[in-house]
Amino acid sequence: MDFSQHLLSILIWLPIVGGAALIAIGDDNDAMSPRAGLMRIVALLVAVATFLFSVGLYIGFDNATSGMQFIEKQPWVGSLNVFYSLGVDGISAPLILLTTFITPLVVIAGWNTITNRPAQYFAAFLILEGLMVGVFSALDALLFYVFWEAMLIPMFLIIGVWGGKRRVYATLKFFLYTFLGSVLMLVAFIYLYGQTGSFDLFGFMAAPLTLTAQKLIFIAFLLAFAVKVPMWPVHTWLPDAHVEAPTGGSVILAAIMLKMGGYGFVRLSLPIVPDGSEYFANMMIALSLIAVVYIGFVALMQKDMKKLIAYSSIAHMGFVTLGFFILWSVSGNAGAGLGMTGGMVQMISHGLISGAMFLCVGVLYDRMHSREIADYGGVANTMPVFAAFMVLFAMANAGLPGTSGFVGEFMVIIASFKANFWYAFLAATTLILGAAYTLWMVKRVVYGEVANDNVAELTDLNAREFIVLAILAGSVLLVGLWPAPLVDMMNATIDQLIQQVGQSKL
Amino acid sequence: MDWKDYIVAAPEIVLLGLICLVLIVDLFTDDEHRVRTFWVSILALIGMLLVLEGTGSATRAVIFSGSYVSDPLSQVLKISAVIFVGIAFLYSRDYLRSNEIHKGEFYLIGLIGLLGMMIMMSANSMLTMYLGLETLALSLYALVAIDRNSVTSAEAAMKYFVLGAIASGCLLYGISWVYGVTGSLQFHEIAAAIRMDPTLNSLPLWFGLAFLIVGIGFKFGAVPFHMWLPDVYQGARTPVTLYIASAPKLAALALFLRILGDGLGGLHETWAGMILVIAVLSLLVGNFVAIAQSNIKRMLGYSTIAHVGFILLALFCGTEQGNAAALFYTLTYIVAAAGAFGMIILLSRRGYDAENLVDFKGLNARSPWFALMMMFLMFSMAGVPPFVGFFAKLNVISAVIDSGYTALAVLMVLASVVGAYYYLRVIWYMYFEEAEDKAVIQAGTDTRLVLSLNSVAVLVLGIVPGWLMALCIQILG
Repeated sequence: MDFSQHLLSILIWLPIVGGAALIAIGDDNDAMSPRAGLMRIVALLVAVATFLFSVGLYIGFDNATSGMQFIEKQPWVGSLNVFYSLGVDGISAPLILLTTFITPLVVIAGWNTITNRPAQYFAAFLILEGLMVGVFSALDALLFYVFWEAMLIPMFLIIGVWGGKRRVYATLKFFLYTFLGSVLMLVAFIYLYGQTGSFDLFGFMAAPLTLTAQKLIFIAFLLAFAVKVPMWPVHTWLPDAHVEAPTGGSVILAAIMLKMGGYGFVRLSLPIVPDGSEYFANMMIALSLIAVVYIGFVALMQKDMKKLIAYSSIAHMGFVTLGFFILWSVSGNAGAGLGMTGGMVQMISHGLISGAMFLCVGVLYDRMHSREIADYGGVANTMPVFAAFMVLFAMANAGLPGTSGFVGEFMVIIASFKANFWYAFLAATTLILGAAYTLWMVKRVVYGEVANDNVAELTDLNAREFIVLAILAGSVLLVGLWPAPLVDMMNATIDQLIQQVGQSKL
Repeated sequence: MDWKDYIVAAPEIVLLGLICLVLIVDLFTDDEHRVRTFWVSILALIGMLLVLEGTGSATRAVIFSGSYVSDPLSQVLKISAVIFVGIAFLYSRDYLRSNEIHKGEFYLIGLIGLLGMMIMMSANSMLTMYLGLETLALSLYALVAIDRNSVTSAEAAMKYFVLGAIASGCLLYGISWVYGVTGSLQFHEIAAAIRMDPTLNSLPLWFGLAFLIVGIGFKFGAVPFHMWLPDVYQGARTPVTLYIASAPKLAALALFLRILGDGLGGLHETWAGMILVIAVLSLLVGNFVAIAQSNIKRMLGYSTIAHVGFILLALFCGTEQGNAAALFYTLTYIVAAAGAFGMIILLSRRGYDAENLVDFKGLNARSPWFALMMMFLMFSMAGVPPFVGFFAKLNVISAVIDSGYTALAVLMVLASVVGAYYYLRVIWYMYFEEAEDKAVIQAGTDTRLVLSLNSVAVLVLGIVPGWLMALCIQILG
């Protein structure tokens, strides 16, 4: 059997089947029992095996091809002409790799910190992983929608079962917000199905549409993706969800689920409704800049570390949407490509950095059970190794050259300079604001005198935490110093996408 | 009339014979061995499946001077009804026994109700339809009152009976007007009369039509004829609620498709407007009022009203696609509804009904498996993929958009978001809250097994929905 024919299916179904197996093994709240041990090992094996399979995806990926690779296509629902059709290109492959890379780290991070129903916890993450890979690889709109919505179920449970005090409020808000956003996307899909006779995404891209239809479809897509990104002003679910979610939930939410919104814009909005996207491009740029500047100021004022990182995520994701929608303001394909590539790199980089930041907060939270900045101070004195990691990730979050945070932001700022000086000026304020809120937080938490007795009793990272943070630190530096492999993967697809978006459908 | 007619109508005739058999068996059974009646009833239903399998044909046969029809639609509806009545019986035995209302009448009346449903499904004339409807309705009134010591059951039965009698009266009045105008009671002759003489399509016929829609709306439980539904769902003992919530919905669908489709299809433009109003009202009232409920049976009652809104919106299109979507929706919805009421039966025990939402608190700690099953059912009802409820909604929305009502589709999906809230609340109680009631689940193995299969079915049907959709399109195409 040739695995490469079914590689994407393996990446989707292996974790889902693994998650079902964990549910079958069942829970044992005694962390030392053999059953709990077996369950953890199965969880880790499945997550690592999925990652190893995804390495096969990287090796087998052809950078020169702009089209879809690893294609699978089977009829699924005949009477609706729905296909189980999968494939990856330069836009989705890096995101799939990010997903399979982050999930094992989340499993390790939750190794023995989760004492309440660990089997269900790990099962939820594995099933979520499979569904997320499904979103990134679906080439049929209905299949995409099924994965997109199904993904909400494990996340709803992760926040609701293992979250903090206000978890019920946060998780209901998360679910209903995103559900409300995406149902209109479904209406748009069905409308396009009526026009083309199938749910094939390439059929949607080829369908001629009037400007009015394009505008309405763009708005329907916008609601789904803007909530997910999240863009100002529909971002308010995110700080609540992040604050209440358990560490692993926050990591997945920030590192991968937010990327779904950005991915949706690139995969659906831009190629299916190019004229509609152009029509609304200035509005999108304005919303992105508001996210960058205004949310940056909001982040500055936060007292809760997780909330601060959540707001910083919104600001950084503003860069992503800015990079995508600057397309029409930049003359020349090179500039447009720079903005688009910058946005994509920013998504990957933000996935690594925000995941790492939430893990750092998780390390502190496991010891002190507080996320308040004011409860900390002088952590560097008792946890020097941890402090080194935290400072590195903070620098990366602020966009320090040499870290992955710099690459994407820099590309987007250059591209916006080509478009309009003021876009670039406003976007560049993030370099100051980002540094201000991140480093100020680090200063208050990590540096200074030991603030209180609790901090004095802190113990430094254990081997498990060290491994997770070291892997992330390594990848942040790798992408920062040598982004070429990542960018090469995307280039061909992005060039082709820009060409496609440039052709009006009217 | 020749003897072959009796073979076509064999399912109803055999069922009537089997009902007599069950009655006789029950007569010679004492309370100790009441389970015999149960087993004979189950065997009778299995026998019915064989008879239906044997008499089914792909062609349409109209017999008994045009008052009875056998076609693929009636065949599929009857098989489904038999299966769902069987499922209701399987869920009920344990509950009835532990609550000391294990009477033979439950199965007997349940089977008579099934006979009524089957007559409705095969009706080709207004009077056959009315006969079946009354057989079903009287059985249901009696079933609701089966626990004669319960005040709430008696009250619910009384309310159901009085309102049901009014609705039947309206239906009969409407039938008389249609008969007066078109000169026939048979659906195909009514349709032909309207086609031949377009002047019939005027006020007198519309007047009759309005009364017919009152009767149909009552059977479905559509707003504003829904008053009975929450009270009956709450007041009846849970197995009875399960029975009412499942198979009779198929009979209501047959009522709609036969009268408004086969008979008065030519008046689509006239009735579509009326159906639209009651469908949208059902959607909104059902979803919003369900949020305020603390009794889960009542909540599921209002949720039924909202689902009926979806079914009526599919039928409102009047297209083959819409009718197929309505059939698919009804079939898959009652799978989930049977499971949800089965879950209430599972959590109940002697003298105690787990009918409040708070009874579901902490179910994940008491039984992770059944919490998972209930989660499947709730997400399916909310229309979240990959569960089958999503494909049901998808079909209906697709039919509505194809008929050119995109704005209506937007309203439908927004109403689903409102609906999602109260289904999520059940999951929230099960997973995020501590149990108030830590008692061990006492239900028997049979209830557990049927419930597990039933709930897994909503996931499996969601992953492979194609064959059922194709079947629905085939029989209504």
